[in-house]
Amino acid sequence: MEFIQFDHVSKSYDKQLVLDELDLYIKENTFVTLLGPSGCGKTTTLRLLGGFEKPDSGKIYLNGNDITALPANLRPINTVFQKYALFPHMTIEENIAFGLNIQKKSKEYIQDKIKYALKLVNLDGFEKRSIDSLSGGQQQRIAIARAIVNEPKVLLLDEPLGALDLKLRQNMQYELMKIKQELGITFLYVTHDQEEALTMSDTIVVMNQGYIQQIGTPEDIYNEPENAFVADFIGESNIIEGIMIKDELVSFLGVQVPCVDKGFGTMKPVDVVIRPEDVELGAPGKGFMDGVITDCLFKGVHYELDVQCGGYEWLVHTTKYFEIGQHVSLNVIPFNIQIMNKPESEDEEVMKEDE
Amino acid sequence: MINVKKGASYFYLGLVFLFLYAPILVLIVLSFNNSMSRTVWGGFTFKWYLNLTSNDDIMAALGTTIRITLSSSILATILGTSAAIGIHYMKKRHAAIMLGATNIPLLNADIVTGISLMLLFTRFTPLGEFSVVLAHIAFSVPYVIFNVLPRLQSLSEACYEAAMDLGATPTYAFAKVVWPEIFPGVLSGFLMALTMSLDDFTITYFTKGAGVNTLSTMLYTQLRKGIQPELYALSTILFLLAFVLLLVINFKGEGKKEVAK
Repeated sequence: MEFIQFDHVSKSYDKQLVLDELDLYIKENTFVTLLGPSGCGKTTTLRLLGGFEKPDSGKIYLNGNDITALPANLRPINTVFQKYALFPHMTIEENIAFGLNIQKKSKEYIQDKIKYALKLVNLDGFEKRSIDSLSGGQQQRIAIARAIVNEPKVLLLDEPLGALDLKLRQNMQYELMKIKQELGITFLYVTHDQEEALTMSDTIVVMNQGYIQQIGTPEDIYNEPENAFVADFIGESNIIEGIMIKDELVSFLGVQVPCVDKGFGTMKPVDVVIRPEDVELGAPGKGFMDGVITDCLFKGVHYELDVQCGGYEWLVHTTKYFEIGQHVSLNVIPFNIQIMNKPESEDEEVMKEDE
Repeated sequence: MINVKKGASYFYLGLVFLFLYAPILVLIVLSFNNSMSRTVWGGFTFKWYLNLTSNDDIMAALGTTIRITLSSSILATILGTSAAIGIHYMKKRHAAIMLGATNIPLLNADIVTGISLMLLFTRFTPLGEFSVVLAHIAFSVPYVIFNVLPRLQSLSEACYEAAMDLGATPTYAFAKVVWPEIFPGVLSGFLMALTMSLDDFTITYFTKGAGVNTLSTMLYTQLRKGIQPELYALSTILFLLAFVLLLVINFKGEGKKEVAK
């Protein structure tokens, strides 16, 4: 049995099904991210594990024990809430000591723990300050400190960086990874921000409409999305309908292009995914098809181009500047062409239309 | 031009205050007037106040008032706070219906509330101090709810969950996290209930039955016998009590804000 296990867990609110027969395994001491758009069931999954919601059916196991009916206060799990949820009438010290006081720890132990936790989140000497005197980023650090002093087996983080500005968010990502290393416990992180998920996670669970779409390492998820939803949600991509003629040869937009994928059968309709940074632009006639630049935006690190080509508007990222109206050729090396099965169920079809 | 505008606005403000407070001011001045006349100033005296203490009827009414006011406001605070917590955790639609229902007694004419409560009580219990307490609870509860509810709403939902998450039982979480946050609301609700109960005449008059008198109904019965200066003193005391309570409610609110800064 895995460290954390969701076994056929279903949950609905007001007859609206949020999770449908969810099965999920999480290994000990990993950083797992639940990633998906709002309403995909990721927060519900987290709240079920935290004990704030009860599943309609199914079981949740922690370390082999059935914790489905265990209330939140008896679970060895602590949570960092989206809006911090610090207790406004207490000092920072009192906030951090809240859980330890309940466990009736000794004064010296609590003092040591507070010192250690504040050091870990880079806020030494803030013991006596009031919550109101802190910035959003600092409040979030205190929320983390308050959760980890209880030495939970699992730390749940519900979009903890959502309210912070970009720069701060990036700093906090590194700090969270550092804290994770130091503590050596399991982190379950919920976010809708794909960049956050790719940066921090050992494993990403992509969810949509109550179903798990794909589980894998950040590299897997980014480079080999299993369906159009994942491909579209994780980063930007060109998703083109095509036909798998045979192994390692796909046809789309009227041209046949070699690829590295096998096992799809012959003459099978598929979706072809090509990341915008994988498209190489060259002089007309040098690639597998020619097109015209229709738009060019400067994005800092790269230019974002729209290229009208073969009846499809391609999104291309390049570091070189191109004039609007310039004729170019498109080329993609076989390794960077990702083939996906066409969605089979209606649900998956719906997801595609939603985008 | 600006000065003219400013002057005009002060003049207007003064006029408003004059009309608002002149009647009470006259009453207070008369309560210290050492003369039976309502028009002649006969010198300063406390004797009407001293006379009050030797009047057994009035002293009895004072005792009744204190008993009724305290017991009704304490019970109304308990009821109203529980109701506010209940309403806060209801579904939106149900909460709106409940709030509407608690609103109606606030807007209802006192005399209608008084008569209907009297009709209801006579059916079950003899009218007396007990029925007055019940009536006062009935009209005080909404004030408590309206003071506690905003406090609950400003308290982050997640705070209670966070307390549970850190190992608190529901009771401990309420005592340590929810209660300290809503306490100022509970206190001002209690003070409002005190003020309302102390001030009420109409509803008390209809539900008190024979022989029971609070200060305000006592004042009314005495007035019918003829106006005596003692009554000015009694009215002044009632006014000052309500005024002090209001000041406490307001200053408490401001004090809290400064602590927060």
